[in-house]
Amino acid sequence: MSDAFIYDHVRTPRGRGKPDGSLHTASTLQLAATALRAIKDRNHLDPHEVDDVVMGCVDPVGEAGGDIARMGALAAGFGDTVPGVQINRFCASGLDSVNFAAAQVMSGQHELTIGGGVESMSRVGIGASGGAWPADPSLAIPAYFMPQGVSADLIATKYGFSRDDVDAYAVESQKRAAEAWKEGRFKRSIAPVLDANGLALLDHDEHMRPSTDMQSLASLKPSFVIPGEQGGFDAVAIQAHPEVERIIHVHHAGNSSGIVDGAAAVLLGSREAGAKAGLKPRARVRAFANIGSEPAIMLTGPVDVTKKVLARSGMKMSDIDLFEVNEAFAAVVLRYLQAFDVDPSKVNVNGGAIAMGHPLGATGAMILGTALDELERTGKGAALITLCIGGGMGTATIIERV
Amino acid sequence: MNLTNFRFETDAEGVALVTWDMPGRSMNVINNEVVGELGRIVDKIASGEAIKGAVFTSGKDGFAAGADLTMLETAGHEYARRAKAEGKEAAMRAFVDGVRQYPLILRRLETCGKPVAAAINGVCMGGGFELALACHYRIVADLDKARVGLPEIKVGLFPGGGGTQRIARLMPTPEALQMLLKGDHIRPAAARKMGLVHEVAPADQIVALAEAWVKANPSAKAPWDDPTFKLPSGKVFSPQGMMIWPPANAICRRETYDNYPAARAILTSVFEGLQLPMDLGLAVEAKHFANILLSKEAAAMIRSLFLSMGELNKGARRPANVPPTNLRKIGVLGAGLMGAGIGYVSASAGLEVVLIDRDQESADKGKAYSDKIVSSQIAKGRAKTADKEALLARIRATADYSELKGCDLIIEAVFEDRAVKAEATRKAQAVVGPDVVFASNTSTLPISSLAASSLNPERFIGVHFFSPVEKMMLTEIIMGEKTDAKALATAMDYVRAIKKTPIVVNDCRGFYVNRCVGNYMVEAHAMVMEGVPPPMIENAAKMAGMPVGPLALNDEVGIDLSWKILQAAKNDLGANAVDPAQEKLIEAMVVGHGRLGRKNGKGFYDYPANGPKSLWPGLASIVGKQLDPDTLSVKDLKDRYLFTVAIEAARCLFEGIVTDPREADVGSILGFGYAPYTGGAISFIDGMGLKAFVARAKALAAKYGPRFEPGDKLTAMAERGETFYGIYGEKQKAA
Repeated sequence: MSDAFIYDHVRTPRGRGKPDGSLHTASTLQLAATALRAIKDRNHLDPHEVDDVVMGCVDPVGEAGGDIARMGALAAGFGDTVPGVQINRFCASGLDSVNFAAAQVMSGQHELTIGGGVESMSRVGIGASGGAWPADPSLAIPAYFMPQGVSADLIATKYGFSRDDVDAYAVESQKRAAEAWKEGRFKRSIAPVLDANGLALLDHDEHMRPSTDMQSLASLKPSFVIPGEQGGFDAVAIQAHPEVERIIHVHHAGNSSGIVDGAAAVLLGSREAGAKAGLKPRARVRAFANIGSEPAIMLTGPVDVTKKVLARSGMKMSDIDLFEVNEAFAAVVLRYLQAFDVDPSKVNVNGGAIAMGHPLGATGAMILGTALDELERTGKGAALITLCIGGGMGTATIIERV
Repeated sequence: MNLTNFRFETDAEGVALVTWDMPGRSMNVINNEVVGELGRIVDKIASGEAIKGAVFTSGKDGFAAGADLTMLETAGHEYARRAKAEGKEAAMRAFVDGVRQYPLILRRLETCGKPVAAAINGVCMGGGFELALACHYRIVADLDKARVGLPEIKVGLFPGGGGTQRIARLMPTPEALQMLLKGDHIRPAAARKMGLVHEVAPADQIVALAEAWVKANPSAKAPWDDPTFKLPSGKVFSPQGMMIWPPANAICRRETYDNYPAARAILTSVFEGLQLPMDLGLAVEAKHFANILLSKEAAAMIRSLFLSMGELNKGARRPANVPPTNLRKIGVLGAGLMGAGIGYVSASAGLEVVLIDRDQESADKGKAYSDKIVSSQIAKGRAKTADKEALLARIRATADYSELKGCDLIIEAVFEDRAVKAEATRKAQAVVGPDVVFASNTSTLPISSLAASSLNPERFIGVHFFSPVEKMMLTEIIMGEKTDAKALATAMDYVRAIKKTPIVVNDCRGFYVNRCVGNYMVEAHAMVMEGVPPPMIENAAKMAGMPVGPLALNDEVGIDLSWKILQAAKNDLGANAVDPAQEKLIEAMVVGHGRLGRKNGKGFYDYPANGPKSLWPGLASIVGKQLDPDTLSVKDLKDRYLFTVAIEAARCLFEGIVTDPREADVGSILGFGYAPYTGGAISFIDGMGLKAFVARAKALAAKYGPRFEPGDKLTAMAERGETFYGIYGEKQKAA
């Protein structure tokens, strides 16, 4: 099996995923093309050498529909010869795209590939692609469908995280993200989104609220009380986990991932292809894994998949220097910390989606890049990137510097 | 046309009046013969050139009661027979074809190209209402007793005559689902508001109005056959649909615990059907209907909740040779919670009631209970002030036993103490004499022992009500050793008069229902002491299909009562009769912590003044250990409840406490809500099959204790391949 090396990664800044967000005028195509063009241009890639572009997108309908990966590549000037494929594993799509692109290289079938993802949540809207899972009674009822927020509240209830616990985590995420931006830790990887005249629409993550503190979060009402109580989902949660007497709703906009727009791209390839293109490998994809987990609680997949990917790679938790555990909801990360008793100072060290936002299809590729930059900055070796996923799944990737 | 169940007349202008009027029945129902005739009628309407349209009405008091459920039961048996003879696939094809017949006839009527109206002259339910829904116009008579609805869900079925498709095209999806899942009987005004009928009119005008409508609308068609038709809630896969379906699915699970396949099939039929044209929607509905009709749950629910309950209500167990009792006036001894409730239900049934307690104030308090109930009905618009006055006038509250003179039946509901009961019996019989039937509402004391203090043990019987009396539909009639047929007949006539369902049981400690309920709570006590998290104990019970968790139920009946029963069992049967772990728990609760249950606001739950009850956190300190819930089998927990009760119910049958499996089933459902989808505690065993039941019981016994041992008799039945209903059927044939 060949090794898949990571040669580079870029991402757009994350714009607030609302009509007043700075990226709302940029289409999904523009976002995808921005990331792809940046990775092409700054690495002086000969497009003919790129075998495939894999991009994640969770709501691939409307402007994001019809294979956004190929369309993004065309728009980014890759020319006729570079194909593209769009994949969807909900929130891990961006990481899975990197894994798929890596797998093409590892299998020896492709030499140079790009993995990444895109989501314009302000324009397409979360849930726009519908789907059988929440709606079709023949699946939703036996599979205990719940909105992610109720699942996150179930995690908090079941594993004993109080409102103070989740809020404190959110405050820390904001603090770390602000610090990271202040110190320019993301600078090297940001590709600003430009308008028709080459002026930047956005050059930083605009969802952040660095002044967040416990008092400001305390004023927010939990978001999932109404779906839980009136929509019947608390009862579904209790039937799936009957040791719980009642669901305590603790999550709100301030301790959940932000709704944002953005795109990312990661350049992968074999050692030979990199040498031919004059590139220096920055890291190697050591291992990756996917699992399905209990779909009602849904968001505990990172725990299960971490066990699997460690076992597959023959590594131990202590071999991992840095963790990126997507901050879909504060309780997801708190459960991860609890399950492995891992030092919080190794996890999401530069903040995460609570502060900077979670552009669904792109996030996995973005946080993989964050982890790589941080390994390089601190001179450390290995990082594990993992995300929880709708429908009860988990994806994880271990990268190590070379 | 040669018709038996309908009259078909065409007027001078070519409007056919089809009057449904089945011979020898008080109400129209749908059976095979009716479906056949309806098919011919529809053909005639469609093809008769002189016929310009049609009006459907009924020659009975009401329009139709729905499908003849015995026909549906027979269809299931026919499928089983064919499956054996011709193979499953051929049998299934034939079965689905059979199921499709009725909706196809209705669809032909709807698309016959001529206007069709329904003149609904009273109750119009199920398949009868589906006929009306297939008409282009519906007028319902403005009568107090008129109702429309699709109540199939109540017996584990769902509307299979186009009901799911037409209702979901008539009204917004949430309302449609609610109507189909609740199965309510809907009054004319509400039906008009919901769009189920077009017009409400005086009963003597509905046929003429329907005929006039037919004449005025020669080109009528169903809204969904108009090319411009739009679904009331828009497309299923739309932002609007995504607001509707996820919570609809969640609420279905919340309300049913996914124990009722018919409920999920309603959602599935509507969900799939709304994405298809009408004809294909009907085909999908029929497939799901056939599937549900063959389900174990539907068969069990039809048998217990419709057929058996109907038979018991009609007095299946009443001695036939005793002439009907002419009950006019009854005496109720004791005006506490039970006596007051008995007084209320009796007066509601039109009986004169003498409500007696030790002083006037206590008796008045008992009568005030009736006042309170009717006043709240008036506030909700369900009763009139005159009803209340008439009802209260029938209750004579007094402390004077001599007022009992002329009573046709005495019901004793005084304190559960032999001396107090004996005294009340003596005082009452001193006035009414030894021949008037005397019924005790005791829940704990064997009837034969109480009868000993009566002047006439042959006329002494138990009539065990459940609390709250006005809500609980079961009464357990207990035969003492000497109770005679006259006493039984009188008690049954009384129970029939107050519109409750009787089961007749023989005398023993706890009778039938409380023995079963006792096991239910004992199992929960065992789980507490094992360290099962208390919410899991309660939730697993509800997931098994029980309406109230065992700890909540124990709080309602009083934990001190459990303590008393434990002590009594120890005194009477020896120390080995009680489980020491259970005794430790109950002693700690009652003696150690003063937690008596709901009555003092402290039981397994805390009862805060504002806000819902919540499990008492201190329970953990009594137990000392808590098991990790992720290591526990929820299926085991559920089965422990279902099995411990079923085994006790079987034991009651073997001991001759209950003699009829129908009574054991209906008693378990009405008495304490035993998982209705199983058809009751005995149907649960039969439905699973004795062999599988015995095997599972043995596995539970190995894991959780000898109380799950199935015993020789169940094991022998399993070996012989018998079922309870099979044995009972043979016995009936032999007799």
